[in-house]
Amino acid sequence: MGANIYRNKKPAFVFLVPAFVFMVVFLYYPFIKNVINSFMEIKSLGAAGTRFNTPWYSNYVEMFQDQNVWTAVKNTILMMIVTLVGQVGIAVILALMVDNIGRGRQFFRTVFFFPIVISATALGLMFNLVFLYDKGMVNQFLETLGKQNLTDWKAEGIALFTMMLPVMWQYVGFYFVILVTGLNNISDELYEAARIDGATRLQSVRYLSIPLLHNVICTCSVLAVTGALKVFDLPWVMFPKGMPLKTTFLTGTYMYYHTMETKNVDYGAALAVLIVVLGIVLSKIVNWIFREKDY
Amino acid sequence: MSKKNKFSAGMMVVYVILTCWALTTVYPIIWVIQNSFKAKDKILSNSFAMPLGELFTAANYRKAFKTADILGSYKNSLFISSMVAIFVILLAGMGAYALARYQFKGSGILHSMVVGAMMFPAFATVISVYQIEFRWGIASTGSWFLNMLSVILPQVAGNLAFAMVVLIGYMKGLPVELEEAAYMEGCNAFQIYFKVIMPLTKPSFATVAIFSFLWSYNDLFTQSFFLRRPDMYSITMMLNNISAKEGTDYGMMAAVVALIIIPVIIVYCFLQKYIIKGMTAGAVKG
Repeated sequence: MGANIYRNKKPAFVFLVPAFVFMVVFLYYPFIKNVINSFMEIKSLGAAGTRFNTPWYSNYVEMFQDQNVWTAVKNTILMMIVTLVGQVGIAVILALMVDNIGRGRQFFRTVFFFPIVISATALGLMFNLVFLYDKGMVNQFLETLGKQNLTDWKAEGIALFTMMLPVMWQYVGFYFVILVTGLNNISDELYEAARIDGATRLQSVRYLSIPLLHNVICTCSVLAVTGALKVFDLPWVMFPKGMPLKTTFLTGTYMYYHTMETKNVDYGAALAVLIVVLGIVLSKIVNWIFREKDY
Repeated sequence: MSKKNKFSAGMMVVYVILTCWALTTVYPIIWVIQNSFKAKDKILSNSFAMPLGELFTAANYRKAFKTADILGSYKNSLFISSMVAIFVILLAGMGAYALARYQFKGSGILHSMVVGAMMFPAFATVISVYQIEFRWGIASTGSWFLNMLSVILPQVAGNLAFAMVVLIGYMKGLPVELEEAAYMEGCNAFQIYFKVIMPLTKPSFATVAIFSFLWSYNDLFTQSFFLRRPDMYSITMMLNNISAKEGTDYGMMAAVVALIIIPVIIVYCFLQKYIIKGMTAGAVKG
Protein backbone atom coordinates (compact mmCIF):
# COMPACT_ATOMS: atom_id res chain seq x y z
CA MET A 1 0.00 0.00 0.00
CA GLY A 2 2.77 2.40 0.97
CA ALA A 3 4.45 2.17 -2.40
CA ASN A 4 1.30 3.50 -4.06
CA ILE A 5 2.07 7.09 -3.15
CA TYR A 6 5.35 6.94 -4.97
CA ARG A 7 4.19 4.89 -7.94
CA ASN A 8 3.45 8.02 -9.93
CA LYS A 9 6.96 9.23 -10.69
CA LYS A 10 6.09 12.51 -12.37
CA PRO A 11 6.28 14.69 -9.22
CA ALA A 12 9.77 13.33 -8.54
CA PHE A 13 11.11 15.07 -11.60
CA VAL A 14 9.58 18.37 -10.61
CA PHE A 15 11.30 18.00 -7.25
CA LEU A 16 14.62 17.04 -8.78
CA VAL A 17 14.92 19.47 -11.67
CA PRO A 18 15.82 22.69 -9.77
CA ALA A 19 18.59 21.14 -7.67
CA PHE A 20 20.12 19.22 -10.53
CA VAL A 21 19.95 22.10 -12.99
CA PHE A 22 21.83 24.12 -10.39
CA MET A 23 24.46 21.45 -9.90
CA VAL A 24 24.99 20.93 -13.61
CA VAL A 25 25.17 24.63 -14.47
CA PHE A 26 27.34 25.72 -11.54
CA LEU A 27 29.41 22.62 -10.77
CA TYR A 28 29.59 19.95 -13.45
CA TYR A 29 29.68 22.16 -16.52
CA PRO A 30 32.18 24.67 -15.04
CA PHE A 31 34.35 21.80 -13.90
CA ILE A 32 34.61 20.38 -17.41
CA LYS A 33 34.97 23.84 -18.89
CA ASN A 34 37.83 24.52 -16.50
CA VAL A 35 39.74 21.58 -17.91
CA ILE A 36 39.18 22.94 -21.42
CA ASN A 37 40.15 26.43 -20.25
CA SER A 38 43.47 25.13 -19.07
CA PHE A 39 44.38 24.41 -22.72
CA MET A 40 43.10 27.73 -24.07
CA GLU A 41 44.52 31.19 -24.25
CA ILE A 42 42.49 33.47 -21.98
CA LYS A 43 43.25 37.17 -21.97
CA SER A 44 41.37 38.24 -18.87
CA LEU A 45 39.08 36.88 -16.20
CA GLY A 46 35.60 36.63 -17.65
CA ALA A 47 36.81 36.56 -21.26
CA ALA A 48 36.21 33.36 -23.16
CA GLY A 49 39.18 31.41 -24.44
CA THR A 50 39.75 32.45 -28.04
CA ARG A 51 42.09 29.74 -29.26
CA PHE A 52 44.16 26.86 -28.01
CA ASN A 53 47.63 27.43 -26.66
CA THR A 54 50.54 26.35 -28.86
CA PRO A 55 51.19 23.59 -28.10
CA TRP A 56 47.81 23.04 -26.49
CA TYR A 57 49.35 21.51 -23.36
CA SER A 58 51.85 24.35 -22.84
CA ASN A 59 50.41 25.30 -19.43
CA TYR A 60 51.21 21.84 -18.14
CA VAL A 61 54.75 22.02 -19.47
CA GLU A 62 55.13 25.36 -17.73
CA MET A 63 53.77 23.84 -14.54
CA PHE A 64 56.51 21.22 -14.43
CA GLN A 65 59.19 23.85 -14.91
CA ASP A 66 57.68 26.32 -12.47
CA GLN A 67 59.68 26.29 -9.24
CA ASN A 68 56.74 27.83 -7.34
CA VAL A 69 54.48 24.91 -8.20
CA TRP A 70 56.86 22.56 -6.46
CA THR A 71 57.03 24.89 -3.46
CA ALA A 72 53.23 25.02 -3.35
CA VAL A 73 52.80 21.25 -3.64
CA LYS A 74 55.48 20.65 -1.03
CA ASN A 75 53.88 23.17 1.34
CA THR A 76 50.45 21.67 0.79
CA ILE A 77 51.67 18.16 1.59
CA LEU A 78 53.39 19.56 4.67
CA MET A 79 50.13 21.25 5.60
CA MET A 80 48.36 17.89 5.31
CA ILE A 81 50.84 16.24 7.62
CA VAL A 82 50.54 19.11 10.09
CA THR A 83 46.74 18.97 10.08
CA LEU A 84 46.74 15.19 10.31
CA VAL A 85 49.17 14.98 13.21
CA GLY A 86 48.38 18.31 14.86
CA GLN A 87 44.64 18.66 14.51
CA VAL A 88 43.58 15.05 14.84
CA GLY A 89 46.33 14.23 17.33
CA ILE A 90 45.58 17.10 19.67
CA ALA A 91 41.85 16.54 19.23
CA VAL A 92 42.18 12.87 20.24
CA ILE A 93 44.09 13.80 23.38
CA LEU A 94 41.66 16.55 24.33
CA ALA A 95 38.65 14.35 23.62
CA LEU A 96 39.94 11.48 25.73
CA MET A 97 40.62 13.93 28.55
CA VAL A 98 37.23 15.58 28.39
CA ASP A 99 35.55 12.19 28.25
CA ASN A 100 37.10 11.34 31.61
CA ILE A 101 36.29 14.48 33.54
CA GLY A 102 33.16 15.11 35.53
CA ARG A 103 32.49 18.82 35.44
CA GLY A 104 32.96 21.30 32.62
CA ARG A 105 32.46 19.05 29.60
CA GLN A 106 29.99 21.45 28.03
CA PHE A 107 32.24 24.42 28.76
CA PHE A 108 35.27 22.91 27.05
CA ARG A 109 33.16 21.81 24.11
CA THR A 110 31.87 25.34 23.62
CA VAL A 111 35.24 27.01 24.04
CA PHE A 112 37.23 24.56 21.91
CA PHE A 113 34.80 24.72 19.04
CA PHE A 114 34.36 28.41 18.71
CA PRO A 115 37.35 29.40 16.49
CA ILE A 116 35.63 27.46 13.71
CA VAL A 117 32.69 29.83 13.73
CA ILE A 118 34.88 32.88 13.11
CA SER A 119 35.93 33.59 9.56
CA ALA A 120 39.48 32.61 8.71
CA THR A 121 39.91 36.11 7.29
CA ALA A 122 39.26 37.74 10.67
CA LEU A 123 41.45 35.15 12.38
CA GLY A 124 44.22 35.85 9.88
CA LEU A 125 44.14 39.53 10.76
CA MET A 126 44.05 38.64 14.43
CA PHE A 127 47.13 36.45 14.08
CA ASN A 128 48.85 39.19 12.12
CA LEU A 129 48.60 41.23 15.30
CA VAL A 130 49.46 38.30 17.56
CA PHE A 131 52.64 37.50 15.61
CA LEU A 132 53.58 41.11 14.97
CA TYR A 133 57.34 41.64 14.95
CA ASP A 134 57.05 45.03 16.55
CA LYS A 135 55.72 43.80 19.88
CA GLY A 136 52.86 41.55 18.97
CA MET A 137 51.38 39.34 21.65
CA VAL A 138 53.83 36.48 21.22
CA ASN A 139 56.92 38.66 21.11
CA GLN A 140 55.87 40.65 24.16
CA PHE A 141 55.09 37.46 26.00
CA LEU A 142 58.50 35.99 25.17
CA GLU A 143 60.07 39.24 26.29
CA THR A 144 58.44 39.01 29.71
CA LEU A 145 59.82 35.47 29.92
CA GLY A 146 63.26 37.01 29.49
CA LYS A 147 63.94 36.55 25.78
CA GLN A 148 66.29 39.30 24.60
CA ASN A 149 65.81 39.81 20.87
CA LEU A 150 62.51 39.83 19.02
CA THR A 151 61.61 37.09 16.55
CA ASP A 152 60.36 38.07 13.12
CA TRP A 153 57.64 35.47 12.76
CA LYS A 154 57.13 36.30 9.11
CA ALA A 155 60.75 35.90 8.02
CA GLU A 156 61.80 33.21 5.61
CA GLY A 157 62.28 29.87 7.32
CA ILE A 158 59.81 30.45 10.10
CA ALA A 159 56.99 31.84 7.94
CA LEU A 160 55.57 28.40 7.17
CA PHE A 161 55.32 27.63 10.86
CA THR A 162 53.57 30.94 11.52
CA MET A 163 51.12 30.18 8.73
CA MET A 164 50.34 26.59 9.61
CA LEU A 165 49.97 27.02 13.35
CA PRO A 166 46.75 29.11 13.18
CA VAL A 167 45.29 26.87 10.46
CA MET A 168 45.93 23.86 12.64
CA TRP A 169 44.71 25.59 15.79
CA GLN A 170 41.42 26.72 14.24
CA TYR A 171 40.10 23.26 13.41
CA VAL A 172 41.20 21.23 16.44
CA GLY A 173 37.80 21.90 18.02
CA PHE A 174 36.01 20.51 14.99
CA TYR A 175 37.64 17.10 15.27
CA PHE A 176 37.37 17.31 19.03
CA VAL A 177 33.58 17.50 18.83
CA ILE A 178 33.38 14.62 16.37
CA LEU A 179 35.61 12.48 18.59
CA VAL A 180 33.71 13.33 21.76
CA THR A 181 30.49 12.33 20.03
CA GLY A 182 32.17 9.08 19.07
CA LEU A 183 33.26 8.49 22.66
CA ASN A 184 29.74 9.15 23.92
CA ASN A 185 28.50 6.39 21.65
CA ILE A 186 30.63 3.81 23.45
CA SER A 187 28.34 2.08 25.88
CA ASP A 188 28.92 2.62 29.59
CA GLU A 189 28.51 -1.09 30.24
CA LEU A 190 31.87 -1.77 28.60
CA TYR A 191 33.62 0.61 30.96
CA GLU A 192 31.68 -0.87 33.84
CA ALA A 193 32.84 -4.37 32.90
CA ALA A 194 36.43 -3.21 32.56
CA ARG A 195 36.29 -1.57 35.97
CA ILE A 196 34.94 -4.69 37.57
CA ASP A 197 37.78 -6.64 35.96
CA GLY A 198 40.16 -4.27 37.71
CA ALA A 199 41.18 -2.00 34.84
CA THR A 200 42.49 1.42 35.80
CA ARG A 201 41.20 4.49 34.09
CA LEU A 202 44.30 4.70 31.90
CA GLN A 203 43.93 1.08 30.91
CA SER A 204 40.33 1.50 29.89
CA VAL A 205 41.33 4.50 27.78
CA ARG A 206 44.11 2.51 26.17
CA TYR A 207 42.26 -0.78 25.62
CA LEU A 208 38.67 0.40 25.22
CA SER A 209 38.33 4.02 24.12
CA ILE A 210 41.13 4.17 21.57
CA PRO A 211 40.37 0.90 19.73
CA LEU A 212 36.65 1.64 19.69
CA LEU A 213 37.37 5.12 18.40
CA HIS A 214 39.45 3.80 15.52
CA ASN A 215 36.85 4.35 12.82
CA VAL A 216 36.02 7.84 14.02
CA ILE A 217 39.73 8.73 14.00
CA CYS A 218 39.92 7.44 10.42
CA THR A 219 36.99 9.63 9.38
CA CYS A 220 38.69 12.62 10.99
CA SER A 221 41.98 11.86 9.27
CA VAL A 222 40.36 11.74 5.85
CA LEU A 223 38.53 14.99 6.57
CA ALA A 224 41.73 16.65 7.79
CA VAL A 225 43.69 15.70 4.69
CA THR A 226 41.01 16.78 2.23
CA GLY A 227 40.44 19.91 4.30
CA ALA A 228 44.11 20.86 4.06
CA LEU A 229 43.76 21.07 0.27
CA LYS A 230 41.00 23.65 0.58
CA VAL A 231 42.84 26.00 2.91
CA PHE A 232 42.95 29.42 1.38
CA ASP A 233 41.63 32.35 3.40
CA LEU A 234 43.95 32.37 6.37
CA PRO A 235 47.26 31.91 4.50
CA TRP A 236 46.24 34.49 1.91
CA VAL A 237 45.41 37.08 4.56
CA MET A 238 48.57 36.45 6.59
CA PHE A 239 50.96 35.88 3.71
CA PRO A 240 49.51 37.42 0.53
CA LYS A 241 51.24 36.56 -2.75
CA GLY A 242 53.39 33.90 -1.16
CA MET A 243 55.30 36.34 1.02
CA PRO A 244 58.17 36.23 1.87
CA LEU A 245 59.82 35.62 -1.50
CA LYS A 246 57.08 33.28 -2.72
CA THR A 247 57.98 30.61 -0.19
CA THR A 248 54.58 30.24 1.49
CA PHE A 249 52.42 29.38 -1.51
CA LEU A 250 49.93 26.57 -1.13
CA THR A 251 48.34 25.08 -4.23
CA GLY A 252 45.15 27.06 -3.56
CA THR A 253 46.82 30.41 -2.95
CA TYR A 254 49.12 29.89 -5.95
CA MET A 255 46.16 29.22 -8.20
CA TYR A 256 44.52 32.39 -6.92
CA TYR A 257 47.74 34.36 -7.36
CA HIS A 258 47.90 33.55 -11.06
CA THR A 259 44.21 34.01 -11.70
CA MET A 260 43.77 37.32 -9.91
CA GLU A 261 47.20 38.91 -9.54
CA THR A 262 49.22 38.04 -12.64
CA LYS A 263 46.08 37.69 -14.80
CA ASN A 264 47.42 34.47 -16.22
CA VAL A 265 43.92 33.01 -16.12
CA ASP A 266 44.46 29.90 -18.22
CA TYR A 267 47.47 28.96 -16.10
CA GLY A 268 45.25 29.40 -13.03
CA ALA A 269 42.80 26.97 -14.62
CA ALA A 270 45.61 24.47 -15.17
CA LEU A 271 46.65 24.83 -11.53
CA ALA A 272 43.05 24.17 -10.50
CA VAL A 273 43.23 20.91 -12.46
CA LEU A 274 46.40 20.09 -10.57
CA ILE A 275 44.57 20.72 -7.27
CA VAL A 276 41.83 18.30 -8.29
CA VAL A 277 44.28 15.60 -9.36
CA LEU A 278 46.29 16.07 -6.18
CA GLY A 279 43.10 15.84 -4.13
CA ILE A 280 42.00 12.59 -5.75
CA VAL A 281 45.43 10.96 -5.47
CA LEU A 282 46.05 12.02 -1.88
CA SER A 283 42.60 11.09 -0.59
CA LYS A 284 42.96 7.68 -2.26
CA ILE A 285 46.26 7.22 -0.45
CA VAL A 286 44.80 8.29 2.89
CA ASN A 287 41.75 6.07 2.42
CA TRP A 288 44.06 3.19 1.62
CA ILE A 289 46.31 3.76 4.63
CA PHE A 290 43.43 3.89 7.04
CA ARG A 291 41.58 0.97 5.55
CA GLU A 292 44.70 -1.19 5.87
CA LYS A 293 44.63 -0.85 9.63
CA ASP A 294 40.94 -1.58 9.86
CA TYR A 295 39.92 -4.50 12.04
CA MET B 1 41.04 5.18 49.26
CA SER B 2 44.62 6.03 48.30
CA LYS B 3 43.71 5.18 44.75
CA LYS B 4 41.14 7.91 44.74
CA ASN B 5 43.70 10.51 45.83
CA LYS B 6 46.15 9.59 43.10
CA PHE B 7 43.36 9.74 40.65
CA SER B 8 42.37 13.28 41.57
CA ALA B 9 46.01 14.42 41.19
CA GLY B 10 45.83 13.04 37.65
CA MET B 11 42.55 14.87 37.23
CA MET B 12 44.28 18.11 38.15
CA VAL B 13 46.79 17.64 35.33
CA VAL B 14 43.97 16.90 32.93
CA TYR B 15 42.12 20.06 33.92
CA VAL B 16 45.29 22.14 33.63
CA ILE B 17 45.93 20.88 30.09
CA LEU B 18 42.36 21.42 29.03
CA THR B 19 42.36 24.92 30.47
CA CYS B 20 45.60 25.72 28.65
CA TRP B 21 44.05 24.81 25.32
CA ALA B 22 40.94 26.78 26.23
CA LEU B 23 43.19 29.78 26.89
CA THR B 24 44.71 29.53 23.42
CA THR B 25 41.26 29.82 21.88
CA VAL B 26 39.96 32.56 24.13
CA TYR B 27 42.90 34.71 25.11
CA PRO B 28 44.01 35.98 21.66
CA ILE B 29 40.52 37.34 21.15
CA ILE B 30 40.45 39.04 24.54
CA TRP B 31 43.88 40.46 23.75
CA VAL B 32 42.68 41.92 20.46
CA ILE B 33 39.56 43.43 22.01
CA GLN B 34 41.55 44.89 24.87
CA ASN B 35 44.05 46.49 22.52
CA SER B 36 41.40 47.85 20.22
CA PHE B 37 40.74 50.42 22.94
CA LYS B 38 44.32 51.63 23.09
CA ALA B 39 46.23 54.13 21.00
CA LYS B 40 48.74 52.56 18.61
CA ASP B 41 51.86 53.48 20.57
CA LYS B 42 50.35 52.19 23.83
CA ILE B 43 49.82 48.74 22.29
CA LEU B 44 53.49 48.54 21.49
CA SER B 45 54.68 49.40 24.97
CA ASN B 46 52.46 47.09 26.96
CA SER B 47 49.77 45.11 25.24
CA PHE B 48 48.76 43.01 28.22
CA ALA B 49 47.49 45.90 30.34
CA MET B 50 43.74 46.50 30.53
CA PRO B 51 42.64 49.63 28.66
CA LEU B 52 41.62 51.60 31.74
CA GLY B 53 41.92 55.28 32.63
CA GLU B 54 44.64 57.01 30.64
CA LEU B 55 45.07 54.09 28.30
CA PHE B 56 41.46 54.01 27.11
CA THR B 57 40.51 55.49 23.76
CA ALA B 58 37.71 54.89 21.30
CA ALA B 59 39.61 56.58 18.48
CA ASN B 60 40.34 53.27 16.76
CA TYR B 61 36.63 52.58 16.43
CA ARG B 62 35.90 56.05 15.13
CA LYS B 63 38.61 55.63 12.53
CA ALA B 64 37.42 52.13 11.63
CA PHE B 65 33.91 53.37 10.88
CA LYS B 66 35.32 56.25 8.87
CA THR B 67 37.77 54.16 6.82
CA ALA B 68 35.58 51.20 5.98
CA ASP B 69 31.89 50.88 5.33
CA ILE B 70 31.47 48.33 8.08
CA LEU B 71 27.69 48.53 8.34
CA GLY B 72 27.39 48.32 4.57
CA SER B 73 29.48 45.17 4.39
CA TYR B 74 27.49 43.68 7.26
CA LYS B 75 24.34 44.32 5.29
CA ASN B 76 25.80 42.74 2.14
CA SER B 77 27.13 39.72 4.00
CA LEU B 78 23.89 39.10 5.87
CA PHE B 79 21.88 39.38 2.66
CA ILE B 80 24.14 37.03 0.71
CA SER B 81 24.36 34.40 3.44
CA SER B 82 20.63 34.44 4.25
CA MET B 83 19.78 34.03 0.59
CA VAL B 84 22.27 31.18 0.25
CA ALA B 85 20.74 29.43 3.26
CA ILE B 86 17.17 29.91 1.97
CA PHE B 87 17.90 28.70 -1.54
CA VAL B 88 19.88 25.73 -0.30
CA ILE B 89 16.96 24.69 1.91
CA LEU B 90 14.41 25.06 -0.87
CA LEU B 91 16.35 23.31 -3.60
CA ALA B 92 18.07 20.66 -1.51
CA GLY B 93 14.90 19.85 0.42
CA MET B 94 12.87 19.04 -2.69
CA GLY B 95 15.71 17.14 -4.34
CA ALA B 96 16.43 15.17 -1.20
CA TYR B 97 12.76 14.22 -0.79
CA ALA B 98 12.59 12.84 -4.32
CA LEU B 99 15.80 10.87 -3.89
CA ALA B 100 14.82 9.57 -0.46
CA ARG B 101 11.37 8.32 -1.44
CA TYR B 102 11.11 7.65 -5.15
CA GLN B 103 12.59 4.60 -6.83
CA PHE B 104 13.14 5.05 -10.55
CA LYS B 105 15.55 4.25 -13.31
CA GLY B 106 18.61 6.43 -12.91
CA SER B 107 18.04 7.29 -9.27
CA GLY B 108 21.33 5.56 -8.51
CA ILE B 109 23.14 7.76 -11.01
CA LEU B 110 21.57 10.89 -9.56
CA HIS B 111 22.62 9.76 -6.12
CA SER B 112 26.22 9.39 -7.24
CA MET B 113 26.00 12.79 -8.92
CA VAL B 114 25.12 14.34 -5.58
CA VAL B 115 27.95 12.60 -3.77
CA GLY B 116 30.34 13.44 -6.60
CA ALA B 117 29.36 17.10 -6.48
CA MET B 118 30.65 17.31 -2.92
CA MET B 119 34.15 16.61 -4.17
CA PHE B 120 34.57 19.67 -6.39
CA PRO B 121 36.82 22.22 -4.80
CA ALA B 122 35.82 25.84 -5.41
CA PHE B 123 39.19 26.35 -7.09
CA ALA B 124 38.20 24.06 -9.95
CA THR B 125 34.96 25.80 -10.89
CA VAL B 126 35.35 29.47 -10.03
CA ILE B 127 37.03 30.67 -13.23
CA SER B 128 34.43 29.06 -15.47
CA VAL B 129 31.55 30.20 -13.29
CA TYR B 130 32.86 33.72 -13.60
CA GLN B 131 33.04 33.37 -17.38
CA ILE B 132 29.49 32.05 -17.53
CA GLU B 133 28.10 34.79 -15.32
CA PHE B 134 30.04 37.41 -17.23
CA ARG B 135 28.47 36.19 -20.45
CA TRP B 136 25.03 36.34 -18.83
CA GLY B 137 25.78 39.88 -17.77
CA ILE B 138 25.42 39.34 -14.04
CA ALA B 139 29.07 39.37 -12.93
CA SER B 140 30.92 42.67 -12.48
CA THR B 141 28.04 44.98 -13.20
CA GLY B 142 27.14 48.20 -11.44
CA SER B 143 23.96 46.82 -9.97
CA TRP B 144 23.92 45.89 -6.29
CA PHE B 145 21.34 43.18 -6.81
CA LEU B 146 23.23 41.51 -9.67
CA ASN B 147 26.48 41.60 -7.72
CA MET B 148 24.81 39.87 -4.82
CA LEU B 149 23.15 37.36 -7.17
CA SER B 150 26.46 36.59 -8.88
CA VAL B 151 27.97 35.41 -5.62
CA ILE B 152 24.82 33.77 -4.26
CA LEU B 153 24.46 31.39 -7.22
CA PRO B 154 27.85 29.64 -6.98
CA GLN B 155 27.63 29.54 -3.19
CA VAL B 156 24.24 27.84 -3.34
CA ALA B 157 25.66 25.31 -5.78
CA GLY B 158 28.64 24.73 -3.52
CA ASN B 159 26.45 23.86 -0.53
CA LEU B 160 23.69 22.01 -2.34
CA ALA B 161 25.24 18.57 -2.56
CA PHE B 162 26.28 18.45 1.06
CA ALA B 163 22.84 19.65 2.17
CA MET B 164 21.15 16.97 0.09
CA VAL B 165 23.26 14.21 1.59
CA VAL B 166 22.37 15.34 5.12
CA LEU B 167 18.68 15.74 4.28
CA ILE B 168 18.38 12.43 2.44
CA GLY B 169 19.78 10.67 5.48
CA TYR B 170 17.26 12.34 7.74
CA MET B 171 14.24 11.92 5.48
CA LYS B 172 14.91 8.22 4.97
CA GLY B 173 14.54 7.80 8.72
CA LEU B 174 11.07 9.38 8.80
CA PRO B 175 8.17 6.91 9.16
CA VAL B 176 6.37 6.53 5.86
CA GLU B 177 3.01 5.97 7.62
CA LEU B 178 2.33 9.68 8.00
CA GLU B 179 2.76 10.17 4.28
CA GLU B 180 0.42 7.24 3.65
CA ALA B 181 -2.20 8.79 5.91
CA ALA B 182 -1.90 12.10 4.10
CA TYR B 183 -2.17 10.27 0.78
CA MET B 184 -5.34 8.55 1.94
CA GLU B 185 -6.77 11.94 2.84
CA GLY B 186 -6.24 12.91 -0.78
CA CYS B 187 -3.00 14.89 -0.63
CA ASN B 188 -0.84 14.90 -3.73
CA ALA B 189 2.94 14.60 -3.64
CA PHE B 190 3.48 18.34 -3.37
CA GLN B 191 1.05 18.72 -0.49
CA ILE B 192 2.69 15.78 1.24
CA TYR B 193 6.09 17.41 0.83
CA PHE B 194 5.09 20.86 2.05
CA LYS B 195 2.66 19.81 4.77
CA VAL B 196 4.13 16.58 6.11
CA ILE B 197 7.77 16.22 5.16
CA MET B 198 8.94 19.80 5.56
CA PRO B 199 7.65 20.27 9.11
CA LEU B 200 9.07 16.91 10.17
CA THR B 201 12.47 17.69 8.68
CA LYS B 202 12.77 21.00 10.54
CA PRO B 203 15.73 19.99 12.75
CA SER B 204 17.70 18.83 9.77
CA PHE B 205 16.78 21.96 7.82
CA ALA B 206 18.12 24.03 10.70
CA THR B 207 21.40 22.13 10.57
CA VAL B 208 21.71 22.68 6.85
CA ALA B 209 20.74 26.35 7.07
CA ILE B 210 23.32 27.07 9.76
CA PHE B 211 26.03 25.27 7.85
CA SER B 212 25.30 27.05 4.57
CA PHE B 213 24.95 30.42 6.24
CA LEU B 214 28.25 30.21 8.10
CA TRP B 215 30.10 28.77 5.14
CA SER B 216 28.95 31.60 2.94
CA TYR B 217 29.45 34.24 5.63
CA ASN B 218 33.04 33.19 6.26
CA ASP B 219 34.06 32.59 2.66
CA LEU B 220 36.69 34.84 1.11
CA PHE B 221 37.73 32.91 -1.96
CA THR B 222 34.52 32.88 -3.99
CA GLN B 223 33.47 36.33 -2.84
CA SER B 224 36.75 37.89 -3.91
CA PHE B 225 35.99 36.93 -7.51
CA PHE B 226 32.52 38.41 -7.61
CA LEU B 227 32.48 41.35 -5.20
CA ARG B 228 35.17 43.72 -6.32
CA ARG B 229 33.63 47.13 -5.83
CA PRO B 230 33.98 48.62 -2.33
CA ASP B 231 30.23 49.25 -2.03
CA MET B 232 29.59 45.56 -2.80
CA TYR B 233 32.10 44.23 -0.27
CA SER B 234 31.09 41.49 2.09
CA ILE B 235 32.66 41.38 5.52
CA THR B 236 35.52 39.11 4.55
CA MET B 237 36.29 41.26 1.50
CA MET B 238 36.18 44.42 3.57
CA LEU B 239 38.60 42.87 6.07
CA ASN B 240 40.96 41.69 3.38
CA ASN B 241 40.92 45.09 1.70
CA ILE B 242 41.43 47.11 4.86
CA SER B 243 44.35 44.93 5.91
CA ALA B 244 46.03 45.51 2.55
CA LYS B 245 45.55 49.26 2.82
CA GLU B 246 45.81 50.06 6.52
CA GLY B 247 47.51 46.94 7.84
CA THR B 248 50.07 48.91 9.82
CA ASP B 249 47.52 50.85 11.86
CA TYR B 250 47.43 48.15 14.52
CA GLY B 251 44.95 49.92 16.77
CA MET B 252 42.41 50.24 14.01
CA MET B 253 43.04 46.71 12.76
CA ALA B 254 42.30 45.45 16.26
CA ALA B 255 39.11 47.51 16.32
CA VAL B 256 37.95 46.15 12.96
CA VAL B 257 38.68 42.57 13.98
CA ALA B 258 36.78 43.13 17.24
CA LEU B 259 33.81 44.60 15.37
CA ILE B 260 33.65 41.52 13.18
CA ILE B 261 34.28 38.88 15.84
CA ILE B 262 32.11 40.11 18.74
CA PRO B 263 28.70 39.75 17.05
CA VAL B 264 29.65 36.25 15.92
CA ILE B 265 30.63 35.29 19.46
CA ILE B 266 27.33 36.60 20.82
CA VAL B 267 25.32 34.63 18.28
CA TYR B 268 27.47 31.58 18.94
CA CYS B 269 26.81 31.75 22.68
CA PHE B 270 23.06 31.62 22.12
CA LEU B 271 22.96 29.06 19.33
CA GLN B 272 26.06 27.01 20.07
CA LYS B 273 24.22 23.72 20.38
CA TYR B 274 22.72 24.07 16.91
CA ILE B 275 25.85 25.56 15.39
CA ILE B 276 28.10 22.75 16.61
CA LYS B 277 25.60 20.22 15.32
CA GLY B 278 25.30 22.02 12.02
CA MET B 279 29.01 22.29 11.41
CA THR B 280 29.80 18.68 12.24
CA ALA B 281 26.73 17.19 10.54
CA GLY B 282 28.70 15.89 7.59
CA ALA B 283 31.05 13.82 9.68
CA VAL B 284 28.69 12.56 12.37
CA LYS B 285 25.74 10.68 10.99
CA GLY B 286 22.38 12.07 12.01
